[in-house]
Amino acid sequence: MAEQKAGSAPAERPGRKEGAGATGRKQYFRRRRVCKFCTEKIDAIDYKDVKLIGQFVSERGKILPRRLTGTCSTHQRSLTTAIKRARNIAFLPFASEL
Amino acid sequence: MRKYEIMFIVRPDVPEEDVDRLIAQMEGVVSGTGGRVEKVEKMGRRRLAYRVQRHREGFYVLFFVEGTGDAVKEFERRLKVIDAVIKFLTVRVDEEQKRAEKFKVLRAKQEAKQTRTKAAAPQAAQATAEAAQG
Repeated sequence: MAEQKAGSAPAERPGRKEGAGATGRKQYFRRRRVCKFCTEKIDAIDYKDVKLIGQFVSERGKILPRRLTGTCSTHQRSLTTAIKRARNIAFLPFASEL
Repeated sequence: MRKYEIMFIVRPDVPEEDVDRLIAQMEGVVSGTGGRVEKVEKMGRRRLAYRVQRHREGFYVLFFVEGTGDAVKEFERRLKVIDAVIKFLTVRVDEEQKRAEKFKVLRAKQEAKQTRTKAAAPQAAQATAEAAQG
């Protein structure tokens, strides 16, 4: 029994990895390798540009992390302030109900 | 003097003429405190992302103002008093503009440098090839 368990553990592992791959695919869909603001040469991120900023917010209204969007740290910081400003003036939700 | 963007939301049930009157009034406030209105933008009716004082829509107005902190203080105090205004946001923009300008200049410089090196590279390659032949 114990032997079987030990045997099944490595077999399970690839299965789990596959599962991670499935979610990874979803993340990969979102993921951009390079920062959008750097490639499009946007220096100042405007809180009024809801179309642009809205891409970096989840369905729930949360700010998406850098590891999903590929934004560079400088732009992520200014993006965060822009999103927070947009929330204050009711351009973006603080939390949207699902 | 600093530059500010003051955005406020007027209740959707206020008629357009009243909004115009309100804008004229606020312009008076700015000039009264020694500031200058650069531009006024009526962004129009928009759906709010969440309910504000039970309203789902709002009329957005954007002021570009150059003035001192006191001008903004007075402006905001007025906005608080007026019932038709349900929300406002003031953002100081001059520093960000400066920063963006700096980046622009830096990028232009870098691009100029890159094109120069790119133009120089083939020449250098040719020169080495010629040297190898000779």
